[in-house]
Amino acid sequence: MADVLSFTDRGIYCPAGDFYIDPWRPVDRALITHGHSDHARPNMGRYLATDGTAPVMRHRLGKIDLQTTAYGQVTQIGDAAVSFHPAGHVPGSAQIRVAVKGEVWVVSGDYKTVADGLSEPFEPVPCHAFITECTFGLPIFKWTPEDMLTAQINAWWAANAAAGRTSILGAYALGKAQRLLTTVNADIGPILTHGAIENTNEVLRAQGITLPETIPVTPQTTHKTHPGALVLATPSALGTTWTRKFGPSSTAFASGWMALRGVRRRRAADRGFVVSDHADWEGLNTAIKATGAIRIFATHGYTTSFQRWLSEQGYDAHIVSTDYHGETLDADEADA
Amino acid sequence: MKDFAALFTRIDESTKTTVKTAALADYFQTATPEDRLWTIALFTGRRPKRTITATRLREWAAEVAGLPDWLFEESYSIVGDLAETIALVLPPATESENQTLTHWISFIKSLSVLEDDSRKAGILKAWDSLPSTERFLFTKLLTGGFRIGVSAKLITRALAQATGQEEATLTHKLMGNWTPDTTTWDALIEADDPTADLSRPYPFYLAYGLDGFDDLGPPADWSAERKWDGIRGQLIVRGGDHHLWSRGEDLMTDRFPELAQLQDYLPDGTVLDGEVLAFRDETPLSFNALQRRIGRKTVPKKVLTEAPVILMAYDLLEHLGNDIRDWPLHKRRETLAALVQDVPSAAPLRLSATVPFRTWDDLSAARDQSRDLNAEGLMLKRRDSPYLSGRKRGDWWKWKIDPLTIDAVMIYAQAGHGRRANLFTDYTFAVRNGNDLVPFTKAYSGLTDAEFREITTWVRKNTLQRFGPVRQVPPTHVFEIAFEGIQASPRHKSGVALRFPRMLRWRKDKPVDEANTLDDLKELLATFG
Ligand SMILES: [Zn+2]
Ligand SMILES: [Zn+2]
Repeated sequence: MADVLSFTDRGIYCPAGDFYIDPWRPVDRALITHGHSDHARPNMGRYLATDGTAPVMRHRLGKIDLQTTAYGQVTQIGDAAVSFHPAGHVPGSAQIRVAVKGEVWVVSGDYKTVADGLSEPFEPVPCHAFITECTFGLPIFKWTPEDMLTAQINAWWAANAAAGRTSILGAYALGKAQRLLTTVNADIGPILTHGAIENTNEVLRAQGITLPETIPVTPQTTHKTHPGALVLATPSALGTTWTRKFGPSSTAFASGWMALRGVRRRRAADRGFVVSDHADWEGLNTAIKATGAIRIFATHGYTTSFQRWLSEQGYDAHIVSTDYHGETLDADEADA
Repeated sequence: MKDFAALFTRIDESTKTTVKTAALADYFQTATPEDRLWTIALFTGRRPKRTITATRLREWAAEVAGLPDWLFEESYSIVGDLAETIALVLPPATESENQTLTHWISFIKSLSVLEDDSRKAGILKAWDSLPSTERFLFTKLLTGGFRIGVSAKLITRALAQATGQEEATLTHKLMGNWTPDTTTWDALIEADDPTADLSRPYPFYLAYGLDGFDDLGPPADWSAERKWDGIRGQLIVRGGDHHLWSRGEDLMTDRFPELAQLQDYLPDGTVLDGEVLAFRDETPLSFNALQRRIGRKTVPKKVLTEAPVILMAYDLLEHLGNDIRDWPLHKRRETLAALVQDVPSAAPLRLSATVPFRTWDDLSAARDQSRDLNAEGLMLKRRDSPYLSGRKRGDWWKWKIDPLTIDAVMIYAQAGHGRRANLFTDYTFAVRNGNDLVPFTKAYSGLTDAEFREITTWVRKNTLQRFGPVRQVPPTHVFEIAFEGIQASPRHKSGVALRFPRMLRWRKDKPVDEANTLDDLKELLATFG
């Protein structure tokens, strides 16, 4: 039986339906797992994505030929039956299931298995072959439980507010920022947002997602107008002079990489919170097991080790070269 | 251990010295005296003896975490710290115990008399009862290393804040061979020490790099010396005893025992500034020779004979018990010359000669001889200048020789560890040889973070082949590699080994076929090796 999907230098390709999934070069027909810039790229002929992903794509890519679908709904494309299933990564994010003549392959996109209170929770999809990311595919990555994380952030914010310091927290514009917004205790003080984050907030609010009240930072905003504030900023804004307007401040960074002391220290932020929209070691292993798949393809992350680990666990595991970035700390790829 | 972990976290999270000092000062006022003493000991390199090998710890941690050894090693290479790796891969603790730091150190010491099975049981139980930071610190103690970005200086400052004593007094109190087993907090810190003054050093005067001759005035105002490639040291002879201080205010007396005889030849109340150099037949040896003496607290006989040291003196700060730092340099040097003359030539002391010159061009020619003399360049000092403290502009300048350089092609890349775990920062470089590329060195520093990120993105997209953590990349990028020395080395395929190789520049303007060749490298070896 021929493979349902193949790996090309344009992206993941389905010959039976003549479409690509998250392609990185222009193609006629692109199925998109989620709105991050390394997965949803411009210049495709036609797009297909979930209803929840569509607004962010339109916001980022402008006028595009975009067809949308609900989770679980099957679309027939050529000889392939295609459906989207929650990936738990960011609101609207999906794994894409492709079935051809009874053979089922699933492309995970980016995913995480723990519920973040905002994204539609991850759903395991049984399949024969599973194409998985492994950004954090090493056993050193274990995320802080959600309740402990929330307590840490609130304690940091409250202590800063009491000491007259502004709390500046760096997080990606799409996903992590909103996830943090919904978990922090808004009674501690006002929540200010950097422009890029507020733009995404508006897109999500417009599609019916409830977020707490936020105040966009304007040229007039300072620590005097909003004492004790929590400022949500993009990671790239964190190291710049932009933060000076908030007077005495404590900076923090929210990322899975913060699990490593060395990375934490290099960022030169005062605090690092271990939080990611990707699966940790446990999450990856559980998710893969739950699919029941034997064939596993690892796309981005610690692919070499992860492939070897999976092979030793009895899987038929492979590495695929792609152009996805995973979770990066680099300012220029800040919304990946 | 909770309070020690809290102290560690406060220190580790902050980049501000004031915050770290305050955290330590708080701790020195609230922790138990035993814990305080152990904390000082740990931060000044007096850690408990290792009672368990790193190999065992790795095995047991991998076993408890359910990981194959190779995956544990892979994780370790990313994290860059064994104790941190162990703390991260282990499953969460199921119990909780709050014992003191001293308790855990006693526990570690007690392991030495146990059989392997009992050691293992004890350590596994400890791992299972400590939350993550405490588990990391406990394992750090087990592995023996304890460098966490706290200098002896910071400790002294915090102790001064906590006890109201002077920093210099405390610096002296913390010196010597004490361990928490041989003293107490009261005896070490609180009790008076009448000999403290005798070993007290002067702050070192540090030079800036020369940026031109325009502001220097007439050459006749200046005196030049070789800039020796050794370890800066201040030798103090007072009260019939001697002390040797490093620039970092470490006491190095015991590391260079041959200098002890100088206390017999120099008058009491003498303080010299100079360079500790490996030296034989009236010639400085290369830094490689001295390297064998660095990092050793005691020196075996063999090393003493193979790499004997002298003090190459260039300044006199105290004469007959008087602080003469405000004398003009030429007068200090005359007095120093007279002192050195009275010391027999068999003793390990030399005067760093002045380099005569009339014009700056003369001086430039003298600088070109530096490499032949195993010197790093020249020092320029204003003849009438006082001995200042700290790094000051104006009176002292260093004029280093340019590093050797070669343009090389990047052929392998590897991810960094620790603070650069998510970037490709370690590269292997090759020179051309006909149509081949011959690897000759690795380098992992010298680029900006932005450049490392750019290369990282490129490496991800252009990997040809993977060898474990190493990625082969197409020969595309040329880098200018700077290094301080070159030696023949049969162990290397290229036949050479470089000293301090680093990336000076990313030569985006150079195509691969303009990179240097193996012949160029061999010529450098012939000239400078
Ligand atoms: Zn993503
Ligand atoms: Zn991604």
